[in-house]
Order: sequence, then structure tokens, then C-alpha cells
Amino acid sequence: MLYNDLHERAGALHAAHSDMPAIRVHGLGMAFGEGATSRMVIKDMDLSVAAGEFLCIVGASGCGKTTLLRLLAGLARPTAGRVDFYGKSVTAPSRERAIVFQDYSRALLPWRTVAGNIALALETCGLPKAQHSQRIAQLAATMGLSHAIDQYPSQLSGGMQQRVQIARCLAQDPTLLLMDEPFGALDAITRQGLQDEVAHLAEAHGTTVVFITHDLEEAIYLGDRVIVLASNPGRILKEIPVNIPRPRHQLTTREDPRFLALRHELFGLLEGH
Amino acid sequence: MPTRWLGALIPAVLVIIWELLWHIESLRMDSLSRPLDVAVALYHGLTDGTLLVATVETFEAALLGFLIAAVMGLFAGVVLGLMPWLERVVGPSIDAMRPVPSVALIPLALMIFGFGVRMEASVVAFACLWPILIVTISAVRSVDPSLLNVARVLEMTAWQRMVKIVLPAALARIAVGLQLALAISLVVAVTVEIVLNPRGLGHGMMSAQQAMRFDQMYAQLLWIGVVGWGLSAGSQALINICSPAYRAQRTKERT
Repeated sequence: MLYNDLHERAGALHAAHSDMPAIRVHGLGMAFGEGATSRMVIKDMDLSVAAGEFLCIVGASGCGKTTLLRLLAGLARPTAGRVDFYGKSVTAPSRERAIVFQDYSRALLPWRTVAGNIALALETCGLPKAQHSQRIAQLAATMGLSHAIDQYPSQLSGGMQQRVQIARCLAQDPTLLLMDEPFGALDAITRQGLQDEVAHLAEAHGTTVVFITHDLEEAIYLGDRVIVLASNPGRILKEIPVNIPRPRHQLTTREDPRFLALRHELFGLLEGH
Repeated sequence: MPTRWLGALIPAVLVIIWELLWHIESLRMDSLSRPLDVAVALYHGLTDGTLLVATVETFEAALLGFLIAAVMGLFAGVVLGLMPWLERVVGPSIDAMRPVPSVALIPLALMIFGFGVRMEASVVAFACLWPILIVTISAVRSVDPSLLNVARVLEMTAWQRMVKIVLPAALARIAVGLQLALAISLVVAVTVEIVLNPRGLGHGMMSAQQAMRFDQMYAQLLWIGVVGWGLSAGSQALINICSPAYRAQRTKERT
């Protein structure tokens, strides 16, 4: 029942703030260490993400991408500025903001099966036990895991393990999905398949997505908007809207002149830094 | 012949050589019994029950001591693992006590408990406590931080985090510590019996040696080896049954 309440409240929240950005970041700064050895990882960043938007963030390694995502999730507290989620300051992690970690092998419980790993999110969301198996079956079907439901993560390929992690994140019924280079460790074919599935899921559920990647083409292919970060310290170099209609297609979209133009622009930006 | 029996090759060859050497008069030694005599002594020991009674006595003390150490070590290990500041307070005391050889505590234990199972079990418990404690502390502390992040994002309570994440994640390593301690428990129990406690397999071996019944001494030595092997095989089997992740790993390796 608690679960349904939450659901309704989340719905009401959306209705009330449909014009309000999902995320608003003001003057965000993050430094590690203290005194003379202190290192500025993110400096003076302003950014907002509209509800339902698919935002991709690209940048060279060491530009604070992962730190930014941790700040958005509430896993870390900024040393300057603030992160607002639907107008409320983010001070701690929340089930409403799911995060897909890059290293899927360390984000799954190796002693639980696929079903058990998905159930982990349901157990903490207060969904009645009786409804677990039905919801698990439904999520597994969504992520193409139905045949592997009783297998352990160590028995699955990397792509399948990442599917399990995404399924667990969907199980917590998030309004915001944060993804940290989720497909970075996967082969090209698997990656393309998962890109399409995530794009489709986000569109179908109206989920807001912040997707971090170092792959320019992936960013353009998935994003409604791409933000390019510069490093040392991490700051926004440029925001580029992607005006390519959906649904997109792995072959034709990537051959689209608009796609290629964006790729040139992004490549130039990252080269210059 | 299945390859898993290949390990029996060396012992079998050695026994055969030993038996053959016994037939060479000039090489014969009183202290080195004939394998056949040892086998007969082992058979008698098992059929007249003396060996089994001694085994039960040794196991009683070893397992009692192990159990006490396991309960204390697991509890203290989890608490210290979760509270680094407390570990900083208690740690130096642990490090000071750990190197004390358990056998050195026999006089003290004898003074407190007198002869018998309680004295033996207390020495065993002391010896078993350290590996369990140290392994549990490090296992709890080395739970992958990314799993703890998952717990935070799912807004788990401290209890949920403990039961659903920390303990299961640490269990595989804790099991190794328990297994290690179980092997130690038998070693220490037999040692205490050999040194002075008049019960169990260790005492039986000492009596046989003093009575110049070397065949019986070897039979008991052999039997202790078998029992120790059985104990470690049994604990490994128990771990396998209790560990689904381990089973998954094994099925993966086989396929």
C-alpha cells in the first residue's frame, strides 16, 4: 500500500511541477582534500534538466563526470553550491533517483539470483511480498532476462549483468535515472542493443535520464541535449541540443547529416581541450 | 581410473615400500612398525571401541572450544569491523595477546579448570578465537563500497544493510576463517592431550608410545590424519551447500 501511495504522490508531484525542471544545479563546486593539497574537481557549474529530458554528458576522463553524477544522486555532498531535485535540495540518496553504475559486476549481489537482485529494490520499496514475483517477471521481461531469472550474476555475460542492474533500478520506480558510462565495458553490438532499449524505456515511461559517456556518438544518438565538460577543473564547455527526431535508428540516424555535423562539432570541442 | 584417485598413488607406493623394507632384516627397526601390524592395530582399535571413545573425547573438546571461539569471534568481529574507532581502542590489546602460543596457556587453564574437557576446550577456544576475529573484522570492513552505495540509493535501514548486504558479502571470507579455526581446534586439542590431559586421541597415542606399542601409536596417528581430513572435507561440503554463489561458480566452471 505504501508503494501505491508513493506512486500517487510521485504522480501528483509531476502534475504540480510539470513546468519545473527535474534538476537544477546552482554554482556547484566540489573539491577533494583540504588546504594546499585541495583539488578542484568541479567548479561553478550551473545546469538544469527538464522533466522527461534525456541529457548526455561527455568529456575527457578526469573532467568530474562521475563526481557530478554522484552529486546529483546525493551520494556525495558538494563543497559549494547546491543541487535541487524538483525544487528540493538534494542532501542524501533517494529511491526516486536510481543510479546505474558503470561497474555492473560490483553493483550486483553475487549471492543472489537475477530475481533476487531485482527483488532487493522491491524489498526496500515496501511492495507487498505477494506482488514481488509478478513485478520481477514483468521487469525481467522488459529487460530480456526472463530466461535467466534463476541464474547468478557470475553465470551471465557483461551485457546481461548490466541488464540486471538496469532492471533493479527500474524496480525502484525512479523519476530520475542516472547512468554512469553504463555501456563502457560492453562490446559494440551489445552496447547498441542496450542503447535502443534504454532510449525506448525512457521515452515510454517519461523518465528523466542523465547519461554519462565518453563516447561522442553514443551521446548524440541517445541525447535530447549533450553537455560537453572541460577538465581541470570540471566545468561546462558547451551545451548542444540534438534536433534529431525519435525514434532513432542505429544505422540511418548515424548517417544523418545532422548527426555527422554534431559529431564534427563535438569532436572539435574535445580536441581543443 | 578416475583422476581424483591419483592423489592416493604416493601414499600407496610409500606403504608398499615400507612393507617391503620391513622384510629386510638388517633394516628392521623396533620403532618402525610393520604396516600390516599397524593395520591390525587400527582394526582392533576401531572394533573394540577404544579409538572411537578417544575420538569422541577429542572432538568434544575441539568442537566445544571452536564453538565458543566462533560465537565470540563473530560477534566481536562484526562489531569491531563496523566501528573503526572501537577497533583502534581494542586493536593493540588483540595484537598483544594474539602471538601468545595457546600451549603456553595450559598451566593457567589447568589451574582454573583442572583436568578434563573444560580445560582443553578453553585452550582450543583461545587458539581459534584469533583467526575468526581477525578474518571477520577484515571481511566486514572490505565489503565493496559500491554495494554500500546501492544500499544508500535504496534508502536501506541500518538493519537491512547489515542483513541484506554486509553479512552475506562478508560470509564467504568469514567461512574461510571458520574453516581455518576448525582445523586449528583439532591440532590444539590433540596437543593438549599429548602434553598432559588424560583423555582423547593425543593421550591414547602417548600411552601407546610409553607402553612400547608402536603399532598402536602409528594406528592412532593414522586415525588422527583420517579424522582431520574428514573434518576439513566435512566443513568444505557444508560451506558448499550453504553458498549459492559458490555453487553458481562451480556450475560455471563445469560448463
